[in-house]
Amino acid sequence: MLDLKSLAVGYRSAGGPLLSGIEVSAEAGDFICILGRNGSGKSTLMRTIAGLQPSLGGAARLGGEDVASMRPATRARRIAVMLTERAFNPGLRVEDVVALARQPFTGWEGRLGDADRAAIADAVAVMGIEPFLRRYFNSLSDGERQRVMIARALAQTPRLMILDEITAFLDLPSRVEIMALLRSHAKAKGQVILLSSHDLDLSLQLADSVWLLDGAGGFSAGTPDALSRSGAVGRAFDTGAIRFSPSEGRFEIGTSGSA
Amino acid sequence: MRVRTSAAALIAALAAVSLLTLTYGQIALPLADTLGALMGTQSTDLARQIVLEIRLPRVAAAIIAGGALGMAGVLMQALFRNPVADAWSLGLLAGGQFGVALTVTAAAFAGPAAVSFLTIFEGPSITLAAAAGVAVAAVFMLALGRRVGAITLLVIGLMLGFTSQGLTSVLLHFAARAGGRVYGGWQDASFAAIAPASLPWLLAPIVIGAAAAVATAKPLSSLLLGETYARSLGVRVTSLRHAVLAATVLLVAPVVAFCGPVSFVGLIAPHFARALAGTARILPLLPLAALGGALLAVAGDAIVHAPWEQHFLHLNNILAILGAPVVILILIFSPAVRQWR
Repeated sequence: MLDLKSLAVGYRSAGGPLLSGIEVSAEAGDFICILGRNGSGKSTLMRTIAGLQPSLGGAARLGGEDVASMRPATRARRIAVMLTERAFNPGLRVEDVVALARQPFTGWEGRLGDADRAAIADAVAVMGIEPFLRRYFNSLSDGERQRVMIARALAQTPRLMILDEITAFLDLPSRVEIMALLRSHAKAKGQVILLSSHDLDLSLQLADSVWLLDGAGGFSAGTPDALSRSGAVGRAFDTGAIRFSPSEGRFEIGTSGSA
Repeated sequence: MRVRTSAAALIAALAAVSLLTLTYGQIALPLADTLGALMGTQSTDLARQIVLEIRLPRVAAAIIAGGALGMAGVLMQALFRNPVADAWSLGLLAGGQFGVALTVTAAAFAGPAAVSFLTIFEGPSITLAAAAGVAVAAVFMLALGRRVGAITLLVIGLMLGFTSQGLTSVLLHFAARAGGRVYGGWQDASFAAIAPASLPWLLAPIVIGAAAAVATAKPLSSLLLGETYARSLGVRVTSLRHAVLAATVLLVAPVVAFCGPVSFVGLIAPHFARALAGTARILPLLPLAALGGALLAVAGDAIVHAPWEQHFLHLNNILAILGAPVVILILIFSPAVRQWR
């Protein structure tokens, strides 16, 4: 359903693309984790796939259509995003924030229909945010805010959800809960979910496939198992101090020699 | 539901205050005569003349201008994502005045022909001059708003307002010496100066601006989430900004041109509207802010024109007394503002 065709991403001014020649596909229901260290281009890749930033070459196709040439209104019905950029909205209540997700589906007034209400109620229930629907979005804690923004993305009922570091402010049980929940949501609704995360362990356990950015322009995709065994995970993350152990499937603090 | 109930209550209050202010002035009129004059039924000639020719244009100007400022406040607070933004506080009104002053001065120095041209086409020409000034100020503040915080922008807006008001009075002084007929007394806000014949010039751009405001309400609501989220919801952000700016100019310029720099109305009305509507979505706020702004403007005007021993109050004095404490409360207590402190 999602096909990247020799996609190159980055900023024109920054002297060459961050990543180029990306060829990868995802099927409906795939829960994909994008892993890589800071600055490896995760956010740039995700923004480009979302059509929020022009590509430097190639194309991202969703259901056969080039995302970059979709009409903005069409794209908004198919792709929902959640970004690290903090939503900053004076006077908006939580229910308004979630309801705004339905704008691509409503008429000029933005009046919600039954289908819109159902999608919102669904998303609210899934994320368990009923208790603070009437509160001001700005008054929420970081964790609550992230749940609301995830609910907003769910309420947009997209084919592709692009979620950039959405669990950064959540504690471990909540992270596990939300990642597992998104995974089963993708399966149930036949959506593709692209999620970037610094949670390696969790991502490697839950993802259907992993897109790995090694920070030097290298891109590899595969099942978590295949990438661990091939040593790709290690190449992307190993430093003098930590080393990825394919057999254990986790990192070890470097004890031998280097420390 | 909440919106409709609030709107009905505001309309009732607006009608009551408007009617009350039509009955008094230098000559007190019985309510029956005032109503009769309005309805065209029985009344005295004197009452008809006073109500229809003197007081009604003033009250109509207050309602139209107050409504326009309220709507413009809603647009600006969303566009700037700033709860203390409005046409007055960010210097747009002062910019408009400066535009008018420049035009008048230029005409005065250009000679009698230019002055008489300005006088004949007074309505459109000063509205256009004000629109140019408002637009320049708005574009400048919008660019600045991306660099500085909300409160800094407010302070800069007020300072620029003082600066251009100072320049305006200097300019008008020279214009008067050069022989131009100059809009004396217009530097203070007032709804009383407008000629009945000018009311259509006040109303027409505001009606178009209000329509534009309504048309941009939906995408403007998603801009409350920030530019990137708005784009992800299918909004063309740049054209939206232009449309909202255009609507703001259409709403604000005629007010500057005919009523001067009416303070506080546009800043406060959106907050009342949000409190009444229980939402920050733009569309329901527009009618409530328009009605609230109109009510505030008429109430201010009613106090100014109450039968005092002598005429000593200025509209902006009253609006400041009513409005500044509300702004202070907003800055201290509003949960929507708290994050900026």
